[in-house]
Amino acid sequence: MATIDTVPSDLTGAPLARRVSGRRTRQRRRLNAFRYITFTVFALFFLLPLLSMFRFSFEGSTPGSWSVSAWTSISSYPGLLSSIEITLELAVLTSVAMVLLVVPTMIWVRLRVAWFRRIMEFISLLPLTIPAIVLVVGLAPIYNWIEHYNVSALMLLWAYVILALPYAYRALAAGLDAVDAKTLSEAARSLGARWPTVMFKVIVPNMWQGILNALLLTVALVLGEFTVAYLLSYTTLQPALFEISRSTTNAGVLFSASAATLIFAFVLLLILSYAGRRLRRGRP
Amino acid sequence: MTAAATTEAAVRPARAGRRLPLAWVGTLPFLAYAGVFLLLPTGIVIWNAFKGNTNGWTLANIKALNTGPVRTAFTGSLELCVISSLIGAVAGALLAYAVASGDADGLIRRIYLAGSGVLAQFGGVTLAFAFLATIGPIGFLLHASWYSDFPWGIALIYCYFQIPLMVLVFLPAIDGLRVPWREATENLGGSTWQYWRYVGGPLLAPAFLGAALLLFANALSAFATIEAWEDQIAYVVPQSISTSLISEVGLANAHEGDALALGMIVLVVIVMSCYLLLQRRAGRWQR
Repeated sequence: MATIDTVPSDLTGAPLARRVSGRRTRQRRRLNAFRYITFTVFALFFLLPLLSMFRFSFEGSTPGSWSVSAWTSISSYPGLLSSIEITLELAVLTSVAMVLLVVPTMIWVRLRVAWFRRIMEFISLLPLTIPAIVLVVGLAPIYNWIEHYNVSALMLLWAYVILALPYAYRALAAGLDAVDAKTLSEAARSLGARWPTVMFKVIVPNMWQGILNALLLTVALVLGEFTVAYLLSYTTLQPALFEISRSTTNAGVLFSASAATLIFAFVLLLILSYAGRRLRRGRP
Repeated sequence: MTAAATTEAAVRPARAGRRLPLAWVGTLPFLAYAGVFLLLPTGIVIWNAFKGNTNGWTLANIKALNTGPVRTAFTGSLELCVISSLIGAVAGALLAYAVASGDADGLIRRIYLAGSGVLAQFGGVTLAFAFLATIGPIGFLLHASWYSDFPWGIALIYCYFQIPLMVLVFLPAIDGLRVPWREATENLGGSTWQYWRYVGGPLLAPAFLGAALLLFANALSAFATIEAWEDQIAYVVPQSISTSLISEVGLANAHEGDALALGMIVLVVIVMSCYLLLQRRAGRWQR
């Protein structure tokens, strides 16, 4: 209240401005202290587990010593290399299947079946809501049937496309939003292009960024997926790591293989942001 | 909407009245795929939850949810979700505010945003191993005696992906707080406390609650981390589901897993509906 009483005399200018700016400086200083403390605390919280894991992967036979044996034994540890191989194959297959399924449908819906757009978005984002553990209960009978025809772990691809659908959908939708699909398609159509030409030679080349994002997000998801593979009894990378941890929690290979996965995923994301920046710069 | 409408109009004269609209056929592959691998499994869960051991319909599976071990799993899930989403929401909101109050194009903001994007997805068994190497029985930092306590040990691990998710979800809301509102409060003589109590707080409350609910749902469906942390005891519902799936033979009823899964669907639907309502409320002033 006191402050309000003094306002009229301050209305003329300078004193109010000075007082406000004095208060601003104090606030700024307090805010900065708060920010730097917060950033430090959280940086420690997020970095320490990662650093510990890396340090552990270089632990020698005696505590405190250094050695690369955990890293070299990734290739010789029973079953680990084959699980990495199958996971990488799955990652490639899933991301390709995802793009083949979603990109044409999405462009087609955007251009010709606008009323379906909300339905497609709802379906695509649904797996975010339905937990993977619930989905796997319903998938089990379906996989029983699939296993009559093919027992390969590559069959996980069918479930993985669904799990990655929300992330890929959002990446692709963002990519398509950046394209003026309507103008492009009208221009192409009035020049006599058929619909396949419009979709694959006009729209798709303009949304590469979105497609690339979707591919990498799908790969990252497949690399880290555990629930579905484990419960359907397929030995991909994460279930393999889980088995190692159950037999011995001290195996250095557990930490080196985990660290290697993380590095790989991190490199993928670096590529994503680097390629994204280059594509953006290339645009007029 | 308008885009397609115009395109339709531009194309129609050439084929007016000659063909039925067949454009929707293009959506069939997608619909069929989602139908078989997303909607059908969900339907199977709901269907089987009401099926008896032999044949016919029964409520026995649902009634079995109200027995000792299952109740423990549900309370465990709720406990863990509430704790980890509350801590995650408060800590994440603080971090989001610290990030938002800095330079909009600054390095710190870019690092924390990119990092949050990565870490929010960083669940899985690897996360449990990282904490095992840090504060577990073989930890480098310390050998925390509470590391294997439920719920606090696992709640701390969950915070590792909950906090970044909160930053991602809540940052847009904080960015929506406009500087003139702060200045208006100050010019009317309001203190910092008054600004947060009467202006900022009420404006952010729906977004905060909504984000906390999203974190709750996120913790509810997490399975890999807690399974890698402790796989002998079923603390939470996903673990009971996993047990009943793996050891289907020895169970009194074959559809216990389906009933548990249905229980989770019900929980998630409730939580997500509240989330969507709050999001709409929060979006009212967020343009």
